[in-house]
Amino acid sequence: MTAAKATYRGALREALREALLADPRVFLMGEDVGRYGGSYAVSMGLLEEFGPERIRDTPLSESAFVGAGIGAALGGMRPIVEIMTVNFSLLALDQIVNTAAALRHMSGGQFHVPLVIRMATGAGRQLAAQHSHSLEAWYAHVPGLRVLAPATLQDARYMLPQALRREDPVLIFEHAQLYNMEGELTAEAAEIDIRSAAVRRPGRDLSLITYGGSLPKTLRAAEMLASEGIEAEVLDLRVLRPLDDRALAESVRRTRRAVVVDEGWRSGSLAAELMARIVELAFYELDAPPVRVCTQELPIPYPKHLEDAALPQAETIAAAARAIAKRHV
Amino acid sequence: MSEFRMPSLGADMDKATLVQWLVKPGDTVARGDLVAAVETDKGVFDIEIFESGTIEALKVGLDETVLVGTVLAIVRGAGEPAAAAVPEAPAAPAASPLPAATLPPPAPAIAPVPTTLQPRAKVTPAGRKRALELGVSLDKVSATGADGAVTLADVERAAAQARPGRTPGADMRSVIAASMSRSKREIPHYYLGTTVDMKPAIDWLAARNRERPITERLLLGVLLVKAVALALRDMPEFNGWWTEGAFRPSDRIHVGVAVSLRRGGLIAPALHDPGGMDLDTLMRAFNDLMARARGGHLRASEIADATITVTSLGERGVESIYPIIHPPQVAIVGFGSTVTRPWVAPEGAIEARPCVHASLAADHRVSDGHRGALFLAAIAGLLQQPEHL
Repeated sequence: MTAAKATYRGALREALREALLADPRVFLMGEDVGRYGGSYAVSMGLLEEFGPERIRDTPLSESAFVGAGIGAALGGMRPIVEIMTVNFSLLALDQIVNTAAALRHMSGGQFHVPLVIRMATGAGRQLAAQHSHSLEAWYAHVPGLRVLAPATLQDARYMLPQALRREDPVLIFEHAQLYNMEGELTAEAAEIDIRSAAVRRPGRDLSLITYGGSLPKTLRAAEMLASEGIEAEVLDLRVLRPLDDRALAESVRRTRRAVVVDEGWRSGSLAAELMARIVELAFYELDAPPVRVCTQELPIPYPKHLEDAALPQAETIAAAARAIAKRHV
Repeated sequence: MSEFRMPSLGADMDKATLVQWLVKPGDTVARGDLVAAVETDKGVFDIEIFESGTIEALKVGLDETVLVGTVLAIVRGAGEPAAAAVPEAPAAPAASPLPAATLPPPAPAIAPVPTTLQPRAKVTPAGRKRALELGVSLDKVSATGADGAVTLADVERAAAQARPGRTPGADMRSVIAASMSRSKREIPHYYLGTTVDMKPAIDWLAARNRERPITERLLLGVLLVKAVALALRDMPEFNGWWTEGAFRPSDRIHVGVAVSLRRGGLIAPALHDPGGMDLDTLMRAFNDLMARARGGHLRASEIADATITVTSLGERGVESIYPIIHPPQVAIVGFGSTVTRPWVAPEGAIEARPCVHASLAADHRVSDGHRGALFLAAIAGLLQQPEHL
């Protein structure tokens, strides 16, 4: 075990550096990733270290540079494409869904698209409706894609090499509120997979199921609940497609109560899918109705107090948990 | 018409089983009358009614376990007209236990579809499955779950109660476990101790008891309780409760006295206002409380009212106690055995004197060691002048 001080942003950058050093086929491409150092400063300094061939600033056309990434992947490279936020990825939806995700199937397995796409997601930084949505559930809907949501320093550091080893497209969602997260990088690369969910806090009374930017809030909620005598297990999904059904079922079987916390909108959400699976996988084990804490159904507001009110918060998560918590009588 | 509800007999209690009705419909009751006996994890207690009138109806049957706040009986106030004949059958279980205030149902995201089907008792899937396995009839189970549903734990509890030979001691153990765990988890304790010269108190007690029959003799224990109660008058930060994130001082001083029970376990019922009683009255109250605690006939108010606790392991021969605060209280005073030790008298001579080690565990969120030290010193000082106690 090594333990070094790190930030989420720094862990992502280290992962990129390591990948660029290890494999000449790897290159990074996207808006402002080079001279500007990345909109969230993840690729700061990489242009100087690796040069403009491998750290490529692109024109403002998501469709074009994601398409170019797909072409490079088909041509034998291992491209990493950064899209500034998931909100802008909609301009590349056709490339991602109709091409990257479908080609292997449509070619009868002849063509793989080993493409990694990183993008920021989520609200909480007062960037208003066009920069703040959590649309990862739309991608988690699509067969042919693997969708990751690193929520810890360990995952930020070690999910990328796993993603680059896949022969098929992988999307990595980095929550904008996590970039400044600080902590110690404790895990080894070998401990990180891109298949399974992880229990971040054990507890016997109920399961708080979440991912990405909601994980720190959910852990705070669990802390609050613990002070009231309610022991909540916190399950971090980590991989949004394919979902780790086994971890989900085991958690709910242990606690018999589930609160799903998802920064997406409730209707047609990942939270909706999780509720369905909980009922499919563990109906007879449930001892309370499963409940959800989601973002209010509106475009994310700009003013801070309204943005805070729209999003899941530790207090609202704890309140939902209290309503279904096991009463120790 | 008013509702008489299951009282809370302590912060950790949320349900109790009705084991005896001491009144029946039509009986006249006055404030303070004992009307029923209920069993909690801590034992069987008689509960008082807080208003006067006539019992109109009993709403809970024998051996029914209900949550705190459940309506036990309907009381007609003096002068109120009698209601039209009210059926006296206990309320249907589905309607009984869940006070809405304690557990609001989660707001449904989607309005329920109106239905013409007969409403079915709410039972969680896990509860229904276990009821089938255990052969428990679901209409006999009190519900504690979200939305008033019968949960797995409710079913298991009903099954356990149906079985003969359950052990009350095990329940009490789990209550002590919960309370002490909470104390050590939440309360930042600090501990102080001092050795008190007991010669003046013991000499005074011996002289006084010499003139009296055995039944009227005073025990050292009541002097200790009274000294604590008197010292508390100037030390409000040790007297009260920590609730909802803040200290609530009590303007009354009720001293809980830790009693270990012969069948196992521990309880600390309150002596009400011992500082206001003369020592003979206090001695009688103390004996009465101990007898009822051991016999399982404490009053509700004695379980819930203590504002501080005194614990003494004097008979067990230990010199020092490092006690754990009984939440939501904020302090506990411990007294060890009386032991004979060399004592340097004010003139410098060394004498053998009876000594007691007095200790204080207090909640650092509320008080600091400086005040704790003054509190202990005040107790020690009061014990030097037993004639003024």
